[in-house]
Amino acid sequence: MDLSFPTLCFYLFSAILVFAGLRVITSRNPVHAVLHLVLAFFTSGMIWMLMQAEFLAIAIVLIYIGAVMVLFLFVVMMLDMNVDRMREGFWRYLPVGLVVAAIMVAEMAVVLNGHYFSGVTLQPSPLTDGSLSNTRELAKIIFTDYAYPFELASLILLVAMIAAVMLTHRRRESARRIDPAQQIAVKARDRLVIHSVAPEKADVVTSAQQEESAK
Amino acid sequence: MMAPLSHVLTLGAILFAISVVGIFLNRKNLIVLLMSIELMLLAVNMNFVAFSSYSGDPAGQIFVFFILTVAAAEAAIGLAILVTLFRNLRSIHVDDLDSLKG
Repeated sequence: MDLSFPTLCFYLFSAILVFAGLRVITSRNPVHAVLHLVLAFFTSGMIWMLMQAEFLAIAIVLIYIGAVMVLFLFVVMMLDMNVDRMREGFWRYLPVGLVVAAIMVAEMAVVLNGHYFSGVTLQPSPLTDGSLSNTRELAKIIFTDYAYPFELASLILLVAMIAAVMLTHRRRESARRIDPAQQIAVKARDRLVIHSVAPEKADVVTSAQQEESAK
Repeated sequence: MMAPLSHVLTLGAILFAISVVGIFLNRKNLIVLLMSIELMLLAVNMNFVAFSSYSGDPAGQIFVFFILTVAAAEAAIGLAILVTLFRNLRSIHVDDLDSLKG
């Protein structure tokens, strides 16, 4: 087995990824857990870059670390948590968890390294002959074959956005606000009253008459 | 030249197992539970990218795109629920969330 530079990078990044994953689930401080989760996402992005999935590698850094993980960090810092109470039962469930995890990894490794996969010597191949970049290649099929799922994905994001706003929006009773429906439904006659006032006849007094009356 | 496909898939399996252990260990901590679920989705994405890249079929990467969308929506709603819970109960400990008496 030759150890070229990408292969070495892959094993190094894998080690970092597993370490970051372990720190996510074992660290006492939730902020440290989120930061290690950021490390895990970034490292897996770099592994995807090694596997020539450049668009997803950039997307996970920009979208996942830049938006979702920052949201996590905000919420974790905002909430006041009692860490000691949170870690009740941590050691009690450790043996069960380790057994389940070991069985899962062992099963997967047996299947993958058995003779089904041993004959497979696939190498990461560029999706095209090099005339198209990875992003362009994905765009070509996402806007043709997967156009309908793509629009459904945008609908999911819209629903999530509305749900998050509805859940966290607080209606304060003391706040003075105007009901927009009432504001729109108002007619001119509700606001503007026209009174018909009878015209008054003022006595016309000329300056000459004033002088006469003064005499 | 890269590592064989089975090593990448084993890495995905290890990540998945780590996140399952995380769900076992941190049963009382909703935040770490959410983070374990994110890690689990990452392991699945790793498998998708590996198969897509090693077999030269871009459809797998499209699926990763959709999984990222769903994971982002799930994280947003989960954190919103968490904030609402904290506002009402002043705590997000799992044992305090027993108002349904289930």
